[in-house]
Amino acid sequence: MQASVEDPVAVTTTAATSSVAHDMYSPINTLFGQVQFNHIYVEGSILLILLWILFKKTASTANSKKTKPPETVDVDEQIRLWTPQPMIDSYNLDELPMKNYVVDSKVYDHVTINGQSCINFATHNYYNFINDKNIENSVVDAVHKYGIGSCGPRAFYGTFDIHIELEEKLAQFMGMEEAVIYSYGFSTVTSAIQAYVKSKDIVYADEEVNFAIQKGLQSSKAEVVYFKHNCPDDLERLITQHDAVKKRMKRKSFLIVEGIYMKTGNICKLRELIDIRIKHKIRIFIDESISFGVLGKNGRGVTEYFNIPKDEVDLIIGSLETSLSSVGGFSVGSTFVVEHQRLSGLGYCFSASLPPLHSVAAIKALEQIDKHPELLVKLQERSINLHQSISQSQLIEHFYLGSDQISPLKHLYLRDNFPSYLEEQNLLKNIVDYCISNGVALTVAAYLNKHEYKQPKPSIRLLVSININDENIESLINVLSQAVILVMKKTTIQ
Amino acid sequence: MASIVTKSYPDHLKLNGSMKKKSNHKHYNTGESYEKMSFYTTLMASLGFYFLILIGLVNHLIFTPKVATEKNRKGYPPLYNTFDNIFLRYVFRRVKDCLNRVVCGVPGSKIEIRDRVTRDGCWSFELLDTKSTFLNLGSYNYLGFAQNNGPCAEDTIKIIKNYGWSISSSRQELGTNHLHVKLEQLTAEFLGVDDAIVFGMGFATNVLNLPAIMNSECLVLSDEYNHASVIAGIRLSKATSIVFNHNDVIHLEELIRQNIILGQPVTKKPWKKIFIVTEGIFSMEGSIVKLPDIIAIKKKYKVYLYVDEAHSIGALGPNGRGVLDYYNCSPKDIDIFMGTYTKSFGSAGGYIAGKKDLIDYLRANSHASCYAMSMAPPVAQTIITSMSTMMGKDHSEEGRKKINQLANNVRYFRRKLKALGCVVYGNDDSPVIPMLVYFISKVGATVREFNKHNIATVGVGFPATPLNQGRIRFCMSAALSKEELDEVLEATEKIVNKVGLSYSRKPICNEEILYEDVYAV
Repeated sequence: MQASVEDPVAVTTTAATSSVAHDMYSPINTLFGQVQFNHIYVEGSILLILLWILFKKTASTANSKKTKPPETVDVDEQIRLWTPQPMIDSYNLDELPMKNYVVDSKVYDHVTINGQSCINFATHNYYNFINDKNIENSVVDAVHKYGIGSCGPRAFYGTFDIHIELEEKLAQFMGMEEAVIYSYGFSTVTSAIQAYVKSKDIVYADEEVNFAIQKGLQSSKAEVVYFKHNCPDDLERLITQHDAVKKRMKRKSFLIVEGIYMKTGNICKLRELIDIRIKHKIRIFIDESISFGVLGKNGRGVTEYFNIPKDEVDLIIGSLETSLSSVGGFSVGSTFVVEHQRLSGLGYCFSASLPPLHSVAAIKALEQIDKHPELLVKLQERSINLHQSISQSQLIEHFYLGSDQISPLKHLYLRDNFPSYLEEQNLLKNIVDYCISNGVALTVAAYLNKHEYKQPKPSIRLLVSININDENIESLINVLSQAVILVMKKTTIQ
Repeated sequence: MASIVTKSYPDHLKLNGSMKKKSNHKHYNTGESYEKMSFYTTLMASLGFYFLILIGLVNHLIFTPKVATEKNRKGYPPLYNTFDNIFLRYVFRRVKDCLNRVVCGVPGSKIEIRDRVTRDGCWSFELLDTKSTFLNLGSYNYLGFAQNNGPCAEDTIKIIKNYGWSISSSRQELGTNHLHVKLEQLTAEFLGVDDAIVFGMGFATNVLNLPAIMNSECLVLSDEYNHASVIAGIRLSKATSIVFNHNDVIHLEELIRQNIILGQPVTKKPWKKIFIVTEGIFSMEGSIVKLPDIIAIKKKYKVYLYVDEAHSIGALGPNGRGVLDYYNCSPKDIDIFMGTYTKSFGSAGGYIAGKKDLIDYLRANSHASCYAMSMAPPVAQTIITSMSTMMGKDHSEEGRKKINQLANNVRYFRRKLKALGCVVYGNDDSPVIPMLVYFISKVGATVREFNKHNIATVGVGFPATPLNQGRIRFCMSAALSKEELDEVLEATEKIVNKVGLSYSRKPICNEEILYEDVYAV
C-alpha cells in the first residue's frame, strides 16, 4: 500500500490522530498545569536523598560482608580452633524411676517383674486380651500365613488384606466412613495432625494434651494456643481474642482435645466444646487413645458417651495399643478427611506397615468388644469401684486421685508439696519399689519434664483391668498404705 | 525441605583441595552410575507432566468430579489447597492402580496378590476373590527372612505363646522385657559397638531420637535425598538444617568450612555441635554413601556423624554388617548408628547404637523410650533369630549363604539390566536398583506390563522423585534364585522394547555376563 502525503485522506487522518493525541495528554497537562513546580523539585530531591541512603546502606553492608573475616586471621586456624561441645548433654540414669524392672512374662492381669509375680495395675490391659486363647490362636495362624514383618510401606506391597479388613471393621465399629491404620501409636497422632495443620493455621489445644499431640503441633509450625485444662470458658475467651486475626487471614482453625486425658485421666467436656466449635467454625480432632473401646455403651468412645452425632467431629484418632492390646494406631472420620492421610500422613506413607499378626490381634479384640458390651460395663464398674475404694480408704490422707471415676486410667498424686520434681518423683519411686516387691505392680508415670508444655505433677499411674476383683483392690490399698508409712518415715528420719 | 545453601562462596572459604583427590580404597566399589538424561527426554518428560496438569485443570473447571465432599462444614476455610487436589485427581489417579496392591500371603520370593478391577478409571477399586502369584521384586526382603516357616517363625510362635504379642507400656515404665535386653546386646555385638537401644517402629526411631540429640544451637548437614523421617526428626529438633548435594563430599566440606567461620545465623556465636546426617543406601537412588571420605571430613573438622542404615544394614558387606562392613571402616568412626529391622531382618522396629553414654542418654531422654510403646515380644524374637542366623550363631552356613546370594544377585541383575540399555542409578553393589523411565505415564505402563508377566515391582514418581525422573525400583532379595532372575530379565527385555526404555547412551558391553561369586576367596 502506498500512501502519499498529498493524499487528502491520509492528511486528514494524521491531523485527526494528532488531535486525538493532544486530547489524550490534555488531562495530564491540566493536572500538571495546576501543580506548582517547586513541589516537584522538593519531592524529587527528597526521593533522591532517600534512594541514596538506601543504596549507600546496601553497598556498605555488601562491603562489610566481603571484608568481614579479617584477611589477617588464617581461616584454617580459625576452623582448627573450633571445638564442639560433647555430643550429648549430661544425664542421670538414676532419675529413671523404673529402670531396674525387667518383665519376664505375659503382661495381663498378672505380671512377673524381676522374678516376682505381681497383680498388674501398671499397663494398659483393660480387657485381658493378651490372655485370650482364641486371639492367641488367630495370631499364631497369622504368623503361619503371613510371616512376621510386612516388608514394605503401604503403597509398595505392604497393604495386606487384613489391613483392609481392620480398616473396614474400625470404620464400621465407629459408624464412620473410613479409617486408616498406622504401625505405631505415637506416630499416628503426630502424622495425622501434620497432614492437616499447616504453618498458616491456628490450633487451640488443651494444655494437658499428651506429648504426641504436642510434637505434632510443633512440627506443623502452626500457631498453637493452649487453653486451661478442661475449661471451655477459657477456650471461648481465647478464641474471641484471636478471632479478628483469623477472619482477616482466612486461616483454618482446629481444636485438639483428648477423650480421656493420658496425663490427668479426666474426660473432656465434649458437649461444650462442640457448641464452641460450631459457633466459631472450628474443626475438631479428638485423640481417643485411651477412651476408644472404653467409654460409651458400646465402646465407641467419648462421642458415644456424650451422644454427639458423628459428623460433628472431623477426625478421631485412636490407638490399638490400649484397649485392643495390639500394636499401632488408627484414625477414622469421613472419607473426605481421612483419605488425605493416605498420601500426606508421614507415618503412613514412609513407614513399613503394621505387622500382619498385630492387625489380626486388633481385629479379633475389636470383635470381642463389639460382641460383648458387658465387658465395657464391667470395666466401668471396676473403675468406679477402685476410685471409690481409694477415696474412702486411709490412703486419702497422703494421696488424692485426679481422674474421673469412670476412667480406667487414674493418677494418684501425693498431697504434700515438694520443693522439686525429682524429690517428689523419688518418693513415688520408693513407694512403687515397695509395692512391686510386695506383689503389686505399679508405675510412676514417665515424663520428659523439660520438653512438656506444662510441667506435670509426678504421679503413680493406675490402670484398671476387668479381672481386678475386690480382693486385689484391697491388697493394693493395703500395700500402698504400708509403703507410704514406711517411705514417709524414712524421709522424715533423713 | 528448605535449603539455604548459597551457591557462591567467598574465595578464602574455598577448598584447599584436600578432598578432591580420589580415594584409594580398593576393596569396595566406587562405581556410582548417574547417567545424565538427554535434553530431549528432560523436556518431553516435563512437558508430559505439565500437560497432564493442564488437562486436569480444564477437567476440574468444566466437570465436577464425583469425589467425596466435606459435609456439614459450610463457610469454613477449605481444608486442602487446589493444586494438591488436581494433582491427586488427574495425575496420581492415572497410576493409582499400580500402587497399594493387596497382598494376601508371605512377601517372600513369591507374593500372592488379590486381583482387583476398577470400573470408573481408578476412582475406586473392587477386590475380586481371585489371586495371582507374582515374583517379588517389590518388597524389602533383602536377605529373605520374610518366611512363614523355618526357625524365625517357630521361635516367634513360641514367644507369642509365652509372652503375648504386646506389652502396652513404654520403656521408661514397665515396658522392658528381657527380650529387649537380649536384642540390644545382640545388636551391639553385631555392629561392634558398646550398646544399642531398640524401638517399636523404624520411622519413629528417627523422628523421636534426633530431637533428643540435637537442639536449636546445632547445625545439621543433611544429604539432599535423606528419608522423610530424618527430615521430620531434624525439623522437630529445631536445629538449623543445611542440605548438601547428594553424596557430594566436596560440597559438604565447603559447607562445613563456611559455616564454622560464619557461626550461628543471628547471634554469630559459634555452633555448639555440627552433625552430618546421611544414609547408608539411599532408597530412591540406590547409591551408597561415600563413607571413607565422610569419615575423613568428620575427623578433620570434629563434627559428629549420624548414619541411617535403614536399607544397608544386613544388605551390604561381606558379613552383612552394613555400610561399615562394606568399606571395612572401624565402628568408632561413626558416632550414631541408626537402622531398621524391617528390611533385612523380616521384622519391624528400629535401633540406635553407639557408645555406652549415648545409649544411656537416649534411655533417659529419647521421646520414644519415654512415651511410645516398647517393641512387641514376637517382633523382637524374630530379629534375634534372624540376626543370630546371620552371625552364624546357629552353627549353620545359612546366614553366609543368604549374604552371598544377595551380593551375587545384585551384581548379576544390575549388569544384565545395563546390558539391556536401561539407565540404572546407583552403586553396582546396592540391592536397591532403580531403573529410570522418566515419564510418569511410563511408570504406570511399565509396572502394568511387569504385572502382566507376573512380576511385582515398584513404580515411583513425583513427589518421591523429581518431576521428570520417574523410575521403576527393583528390590533384590536373597530369596530369589538365578533362574528366577533370568525369568525377570527375559520379561524386562520384552518390556524395554515394548515401552521404549533403553535410554542409555553408553556403549553396551557385548561380553557375556556370568553369575559370579562376589565374595569368592
